[in-house]
Amino acid sequence: MGTKLSVTQQNYLRGLKRRQCRIQIARVLIFAVFLALWETAVRLRWIDGFIFSSPSRVAHTFAAMWRDGSIFVHTGATLSETLISFALVVLIGIGAAVLLWYSPELSEILEPYLVVLNSLPKSALAPLLIVWLGANRKSIIVAGISVAVFGTVMNLYTGFREMDPDKIRLIYTLQGTKRDVLWKVILPGTVPLLLSVMKVNIGLCLVGVVIGEFIGARQGLGYLIIYGSQVFKLDWVIMSIVVLCVIAMGLYGILGLIERRCMRA
Amino acid sequence: MKPLLELQNVSYAYHSKSGETYALTDISFQVQRGEFIAVTGPSGCGKSTLLSLISGLLAPESGTILYEGQEKTKPDGKIGYMLQKDHLFEWRTIYGNVTLGLEIQHSLDEAARQRVDRMLKEYGLYRFRDARPSELSGGMRQRAALIRTLAPGPELLLLDEPFSALDFQTRLSVCDDVSQILKKEKKTALLVTHDLSEAVSMADRILVLTKRPARIHSVVEPEFAQEGLTPLERRNTPEFKNYFNLLWKELNAYGN
Repeated sequence: MGTKLSVTQQNYLRGLKRRQCRIQIARVLIFAVFLALWETAVRLRWIDGFIFSSPSRVAHTFAAMWRDGSIFVHTGATLSETLISFALVVLIGIGAAVLLWYSPELSEILEPYLVVLNSLPKSALAPLLIVWLGANRKSIIVAGISVAVFGTVMNLYTGFREMDPDKIRLIYTLQGTKRDVLWKVILPGTVPLLLSVMKVNIGLCLVGVVIGEFIGARQGLGYLIIYGSQVFKLDWVIMSIVVLCVIAMGLYGILGLIERRCMRA
Repeated sequence: MKPLLELQNVSYAYHSKSGETYALTDISFQVQRGEFIAVTGPSGCGKSTLLSLISGLLAPESGTILYEGQEKTKPDGKIGYMLQKDHLFEWRTIYGNVTLGLEIQHSLDEAARQRVDRMLKEYGLYRFRDARPSELSGGMRQRAALIRTLAPGPELLLLDEPFSALDFQTRLSVCDDVSQILKKEKKTALLVTHDLSEAVSMADRILVLTKRPARIHSVVEPEFAQEGLTPLERRNTPEFKNYFNLLWKELNAYGN
């Protein structure tokens, strides 16, 4: 665009930029004020640092655990379990949704079961999983899957069904089969849905994994939280929560990036 | 000469829990090779059902449909079907879209590629072969959809109100385009439309259907003093108005 912008357009763009700037500053400010207030409150003994921890104590704990390497063990465990269960959720979710789409009768038969399983609080299953599968990573991964998988199947299946029937008809007019409909219309046409479902589910997997770690783990951030609360090492607890926040943000951000990349292509 | 397509006493009804709806009753007509037939009638009279039956997407409840003297049991490459909207897939390029049928039929060979390239060039879309459908105008999209239909090399083309989604101006020019393309590619065509002027401007023969359950009410064969006129040129002839009025009367002879 080599043409010169008009004054009003320039003003408009400048206003837009200023607004963006204000939003960014406000975001950072809220965080900084929160940290400062927390730290001050502990230093001035308004609240008890032993129970409420403080930013500096969290930072110290983090640094200490970084030095002895234990932070990597716990974070790595939680992260890898989350990623494994997420990958399985995506695979199982797509597979099951395709199966339901292939057989409308099957989907009608299974619908009440899916509804019940989806609305069941999955944390109720975690103790059972530990008993059945043992206190190991397997049950933690299954716990992660259990939280996300039913919603994924239902969302994807609904998305498949909402595909424009005329687009499906088009495939049949070109002598295609149901298989062609799946590969040429349903799957490529629901990529945006798949990406948005994935964005929600990576967070759900993390929830499931932490629940699993609460009851059946020897490592991981969920374990650290439970153990920390039991031995009154609340610095551990708060630091674990902070790390979980960062992980959740990071995973969501990565998927958001993939989504934008895919939408542009 | 043996007709390309022949319908004998074809009837069809839709079934649902609350009852059955008769869409077509006792439809019989023939289509000769190279003809352009228009089918018109009140909305919802089963015009589209007729095309689904001919293409083999639906099977008639009674009666027979003969294609080159043979009964058809399922869709094959000899009949092309163009739907109301272009339904170009945004996740494919224009080239990917126009070759969709060939890809499905596993016949995307060198000869087919050349045929597609020739059509893209001739109909002004070659520059846009790597573009996404959303970058094209309505008329261009419709031409792309036509190339997609023509790419597998059908003999008979079924057109289901292919211009109804376009604005009036685009519609007139696309109508002209399509009619010329079909003439050039020497295709037989069956056009379903509720637009009487479209029927008169394009067809050699017009079948007027009654309200549901549709029967053939009458057949009009518009004749123009001058031959080989484009649809747009036909619209400017004195005969055009007469045939339009005739069709209008035929359509209103029943119904009210």
